Amino acid sequence: MLRSFRRLRAKRPADRSEARVDVDHLTVFFPLYHGNSRSLKKTVFAAATGRLGRDAQHRPGVQALRDISFHLRSGDRLGLIGSNGAGKTTLLRTLAGIYEPVEGRVRVQGSLNALLNTQLGMNPDQTGRENIMLRGLYDGLTRVQLARLAEDVSSFADLGDFLDLPVRIYSSGMMVRLAFALATAIRPQILLMDEWILAGDAAFLDRARARLEGMVRGADILVLSTHDTSILQDWCERVIWLDQGRVREDGPARDVLRHYQQAMTPGAPVDDVPVDDVPVDDRSVDVDGQVQDPAASDPKEEIPQGGDPQGGDDESTHRDAGPSIPRAGLHRAGAGA
Amino acid sequence: MLELSGDRSRHALRALAVQDVLDGLRLWRLAVTLGWLDIKLRYRGSMLGPFWLTLSTAVMIGSLGVLYAALFHMNVREYLPFLALSQVLWGFLSTLISDGCTCFTGSEALILSVRMPLSVHAFRVLVRGLLILAHNVVVIVAVYIYFSIWPGDVLAMAVPGMLVWMLDAVALTLLLGAIGSRYRDIPPIVASVVQIAFFVTPVIWKPQQLGVHAWVLPYNPFFALLEVVRAPMLGYLPSAMTWLMAVVYSVLLLGFSWWLFTRARGRVAFWL
Repeated sequence: MLRSFRRLRAKRPADRSEARVDVDHLTVFFPLYHGNSRSLKKTVFAAATGRLGRDAQHRPGVQALRDISFHLRSGDRLGLIGSNGAGKTTLLRTLAGIYEPVEGRVRVQGSLNALLNTQLGMNPDQTGRENIMLRGLYDGLTRVQLARLAEDVSSFADLGDFLDLPVRIYSSGMMVRLAFALATAIRPQILLMDEWILAGDAAFLDRARARLEGMVRGADILVLSTHDTSILQDWCERVIWLDQGRVREDGPARDVLRHYQQAMTPGAPVDDVPVDDVPVDDRSVDVDGQVQDPAASDPKEEIPQGGDPQGGDDESTHRDAGPSIPRAGLHRAGAGA
Repeated sequence: MLELSGDRSRHALRALAVQDVLDGLRLWRLAVTLGWLDIKLRYRGSMLGPFWLTLSTAVMIGSLGVLYAALFHMNVREYLPFLALSQVLWGFLSTLISDGCTCFTGSEALILSVRMPLSVHAFRVLVRGLLILAHNVVVIVAVYIYFSIWPGDVLAMAVPGMLVWMLDAVALTLLLGAIGSRYRDIPPIVASVVQIAFFVTPVIWKPQQLGVHAWVLPYNPFFALLEVVRAPMLGYLPSAMTWLMAVVYSVLLLGFSWWLFTRARGRVAFWL
């Protein structure tokens, strides 16, 4: 990955189109050591909710991810959804190369940045400027580039004099702004984001989106993990629903999110379905009747882009299967038509 | 291009470990900055800054030097320079060992946030140790000037010893760091081993005081490694046996550390 960071700086424009992510039959196993590591236990329990009690009870660990496969190409914006402990963060960390697979394979081509938590690996006792410098050094920037990075980050994050104070005293909003500005200042080809981004205030989210959309338009890959279906609806065209470390469904954002919401709110009242947002020829309309448009439920978000190009037919190809088979060839929602 | 797979063959593991060390070396500016910021942070807001290290070392050596010279019936002029050197060098080794145990657990947030070569953390610990050493060397220089001592040309022979130390330091840090992140009992165990080693190794007592039993000293790895740097700085060459054992122990350490590192490298993140 380091080498690719270097390459990015050297000849970024030519490389932009090469960004790709290939995940084949990925399995990640968390070892579980009894009693000798509190932090490990915490991690495992966070990753394993719902899996310890049942099938993994007698094993010395937890399967955080099981047989995950998907492929992403430039321009893809993938959302990950699933309950706590479904494996979203573990998957992001594996894509980032932090956890290494036990089985299967992960190939990531192109520079990559992961915004996995607000701390972003920053040392809370060091100042914002020092943390920016460390990040820049990690990316192999020169002294001049480091100065430019600090400039860029501080102006976007709008930290003012706080830049020279320890990160520890920042508000959570400031942390988010700093981390986001830092991770996006380096212009990764592949951006991995966990849901903490939602901690930002509304005004910042708008600016963040403008910056992020600029990046994604430049033929980059985004992988975003969150509970917030409205964010996914807006930002991603494809969603993978993770459940207990497995891919439960993989397909166009709207369909997967609708099924996810149905599963999350059994017996929810039947709502009026926005006309322009649901394909008329949907085969499972009887089930969908109760759906509540995810985007419409969030007042602060703008109206979902209703006129999504793919209207319906091809979507049905990967929607009716319950726990779907990971689609090796599928890399763009609705690409089948 | 990053490619990771469940392939646990020796070849694949070794390739990744080599890559880790090479990438770590390429990121030397990051390691230096991390180590430097660690020191800066520790003394942020204090008046003397890292020179508190210099001051406390000076006070300790001044008082212990006079006290032990009296206890051991040696003259201060002969004993105090020895103690100053021994204490400072031992301080470097023991700090390195204890920091090595926590070099990965202490960087948990960083390791779980970005993919970074693990060797960077080892280099960081080494840089931190060297910075502290540099502040303490001031005391040695002061002692040498005060007693107008000059070890002579033999001082240059400390350089190969120091090079061996650098290699051993990285190997030891990677080794202890990996074991320390898997078994959290390691830091206290290592701390007590180092404590015992401090007393059985000629640090505050001189090797000559062992008399006819001095032949046993080179078999103590702590002595062999300490002596290859300390002796030239005191103006004499370490014995061939001492050098031989220092090399033997270093080779064993490097081999074992590499063996373990290739296997543990991909697992450390899961152990944190």
